[in-house]
Amino acid sequence: MPENFKAETYNADSLTEDLSDAAEVPPKAATPRVETQADLSAELKAIGDAYAAKLRSGDAPEIQPRLDFAPYRSSILRHPTKSLHHADPETIELYSPAFGHQDVHALESDLTIQHNGEPQGERIIVAGRVLDGDGRPVAGQLVEIWQANASGRYIHKRDQHPAPIDPQFTGVGRCITGPDGSYRFITIKPGAYPWKNHLNAWRPAHIHFSLFGSEFTQRIVTQMYFPGDQLFPLDPIYQSIVDQDARDRLVANYDHELTEPEWALGYNWDIVLTGSKRTWTENEALGAEGDHHE
Amino acid sequence: MRPSGRKVTTMSDSKLTATPGQTVGPFYGYALPYEKDGELLAPGSPGSIRLQGTVYDGAGHPVPDALLEIWQPDAEGEIVQRTGSLVRDGYTFTGWGRSSVGYSGVYTFTTVNPGPTKPGAAPFIAVAVFARGLMNRLFTRIYLPENQEALAADPLLSSLDPDRRQTLIARRDPDGGLTWDVRLQGEGETVFLDFDGGAAGKESR
Ligand SMILES: [Fe+2]
Repeated sequence: MPENFKAETYNADSLTEDLSDAAEVPPKAATPRVETQADLSAELKAIGDAYAAKLRSGDAPEIQPRLDFAPYRSSILRHPTKSLHHADPETIELYSPAFGHQDVHALESDLTIQHNGEPQGERIIVAGRVLDGDGRPVAGQLVEIWQANASGRYIHKRDQHPAPIDPQFTGVGRCITGPDGSYRFITIKPGAYPWKNHLNAWRPAHIHFSLFGSEFTQRIVTQMYFPGDQLFPLDPIYQSIVDQDARDRLVANYDHELTEPEWALGYNWDIVLTGSKRTWTENEALGAEGDHHE
Repeated sequence: MRPSGRKVTTMSDSKLTATPGQTVGPFYGYALPYEKDGELLAPGSPGSIRLQGTVYDGAGHPVPDALLEIWQPDAEGEIVQRTGSLVRDGYTFTGWGRSSVGYSGVYTFTTVNPGPTKPGAAPFIAVAVFARGLMNRLFTRIYLPENQEALAADPLLSSLDPDRRQTLIARRDPDGGLTWDVRLQGEGETVFLDFDGGAAGKESR
């Protein structure tokens, strides 16, 4: 990965998070004006108030982001308008692709050793477990992460944020979960970064996570945040999850037990995939499947 | 005080609540794609076909920053459980692949026609769709256009209106390949699937 990394090859996407797709949003007034954080915060508050009222009237909490969430402007033309169609997963959907140590080298979980020198920033350990909805460990499965550097800059040619690129940091890692569903990355705490959803829009510091379960239906891509970030109330992506308990599930815990003396701070974040739909054999239930080379 | 635990305790007889998804964002392009990611088989090898299509938004414009993953049985309908998807050796069919679209919103895979996993079943490819601006991944299926009898008897297809059903059935190209487009919104909107009975997100209203 890092050795053969070529930005030109991989930057297939022509747009950036910078690009608000503002032109696609129907103009609200005859005179175009730049939308400010105050405008966005008012929208977010209205959605939050309406959700709180629904909860009070006895509605069940929403545990996933809303697909239709206009404050994230790029979602306006990219969300389905019809309800998701309920389907019972069948055959192939009840299995997951197999990944193993043929696919991922053990050193790919350390994002601080991919170049000749040490990256700038605060070295951290991010570790936890991947579980299914019944609490079973998801063993031998692929975890992929990517993130900005300590200054809030991605190694991506479309990232135009004028913060320094760190030649010692790519910001991409992978690992295979252990028999107990555990994963562990060593990296640098990412910086917050600006984007052009609206004027003065900033993303809270986050690490992108991609995970596979024991079944294809459990596939998930998400973002992990850091505790106490002051940008949470302002960010339309974090806020697209309207329920506070659900949002909290994306925030890691500072964990002094994980912290290593004279070296790195530790953050714990456990990930729960959706419930298993398959009937499990005893061996599978005990975590005997998957690739367990240690 | 926030609840103290994102550290999840395992309890055998209680259901845990799933961690929410989030958008893949714009910057996955240097992280998720990898060499031969869309080549489940080497192009041109016996039995290989091209699977191709375009991802469109609600205005009918191609989406230039989307990513598709496919997961399918082999040509005999066997579900493969082999490693090697990330480091392709050119010979092992793993059944899984990933393709990010180009500027024109087009994705491309090289794969095989999936076989039926049960006698008489309609063969299909499972798909996950990711994009900047899409808050959570979407699941869907690509069915082969042949075998009308099996398609008519398929539990999912037969539960859909005819025009919606068509969004899940690929077109067969003259060269034997498959074309299947994704329409995230609006006219001809692709049928996207919820495997959790609506409880997992309530976005289905
Ligand atoms: Fe990001």
